[in-house]
Amino acid sequence: MLKKTSLHSRHQALGAKLVDFGGWEMPIHYGSQLEEHHAVRSGCGMFDVAHMSAVDLHGARTREFLRTLVANDVAKLKVPGKALYTCMLNSQGGVIDDLIIYFQREDWFRLVVNAGTTDKDLAWIRPAAAKYGVEVKHRTDLGIVAVQGPDVRAIVGQHIPVPIREQALALKAFQSVHGEPWFVATTGYTGEDGYEFMLPHADLGKLWDALAADGVRPCGLGARDTLRLEAGMNLYGQDMDDTVTPLECGLAWTVAFDPPDRPFTGRATLDATRAAPPRKQLGLVLDGRGVLRSHMKLRFANGATGETTSGSFAPSMKASVALARVQGHADGACEVEIRGQWLPCRVVQPPFVRNGKVLV
Amino acid sequence: MSKIPNELRYAKSHEWARKQPDGTVVIGITDHAQGALGDLVFVEVPKAGRKVTAGEACAVVESVKAASDVYAPISGEVIDSNPELANAPETLNQDPYGKGWMFKVKPANPAEMDKLLDAAGYQKVVADAG
Repeated sequence: MLKKTSLHSRHQALGAKLVDFGGWEMPIHYGSQLEEHHAVRSGCGMFDVAHMSAVDLHGARTREFLRTLVANDVAKLKVPGKALYTCMLNSQGGVIDDLIIYFQREDWFRLVVNAGTTDKDLAWIRPAAAKYGVEVKHRTDLGIVAVQGPDVRAIVGQHIPVPIREQALALKAFQSVHGEPWFVATTGYTGEDGYEFMLPHADLGKLWDALAADGVRPCGLGARDTLRLEAGMNLYGQDMDDTVTPLECGLAWTVAFDPPDRPFTGRATLDATRAAPPRKQLGLVLDGRGVLRSHMKLRFANGATGETTSGSFAPSMKASVALARVQGHADGACEVEIRGQWLPCRVVQPPFVRNGKVLV
Repeated sequence: MSKIPNELRYAKSHEWARKQPDGTVVIGITDHAQGALGDLVFVEVPKAGRKVTAGEACAVVESVKAASDVYAPISGEVIDSNPELANAPETLNQDPYGKGWMFKVKPANPAEMDKLLDAAGYQKVVADAG
């Protein structure tokens, strides 16, 4: 029996094509994945991401606890509302999950974790938190809607309650504001300006309806995937998992090595492989015809090999792109195997697209 | 509901075949198939001169998320293919039985057409697929 978000009946009413996504029945598209993608790049679209989980941590030692739990350093979070993207690692340095941490108060931090990993994450966090007297609350009473695209600020303002409206519209990227029951953050997974709203389910439904009436296009997980891939963002379970370190999936920038004495879980592996990780992530563009998919084989002029981890047609580029992982040092011309043929492709540094502009 | 024209013949693998007055057969994929695949972004059709056997994978359609083989519903020689699809694959979504045709075959054995499903038979295939 698949789980359903509180917005499920709305997706059905809109004629969405529903699929099983990590145990949740979610909309893949509402008619055209391509049109939904373009709506977010050129206007505004919204996504039901209520399958993701908000987890609140409470306790005087929460910051101290988080400095050991995750690879980025919450010491960077100095102003309430500020957000931080990070990986949570196992003792071998493998990624248990990637998450966003929102600093609320010294005794309250909010985490947002992936849907498919929620149970695993909670089982990992709870015993570790107990040692610091930190309480872990899975906020199943809250749902999340992401509203993304260059027009977002012109649209969402009138839907945000007056007491926090001005503050919400003034937020820069990766910040948030809270005014019960509203939690408004400038985070997202598309490479565009955007907001994520966390609300009790009844209020979330009302917001969805109001935004839809205001012309915001409902977008499914299909468009969410092509948007995040163009933005060079990893998908957990595909571009990284428990066997991959952040240094091997393009997330070295999220690892805070300083101060060197901060003892976060997984640190020993990262310190030991920092100079030369066994594997590396890179971006690929196929300029010829065809579509890159995950698990396609790669070979380089110097003999190095690799495999794509995510691949798709990139609607904003009218070309195909992929994230890939290579063993050791890859150099020279790169070829990808598509249905038995080796085709030349271009190695680039992701992101491929940001704020509506093609970068590669 | 997807369209299933009465005058066409169908393969279980979701191709349609239309017999022309000159005996050649035009082939494409059904409305149901294009709907299931979603927005198409890449179509590869067989070149004229290629001999195909019924059931052989001879073309590829790729949507944003998935690639799918297209099988020859009958045996014969490919004598033409749709040049529009390379630059405008969405034509296949918009008009699967018309402008979105894929290739044309000179049948090796015209009786093979009779082995294909009629509209009612294909309707049942689609209904069973849920």
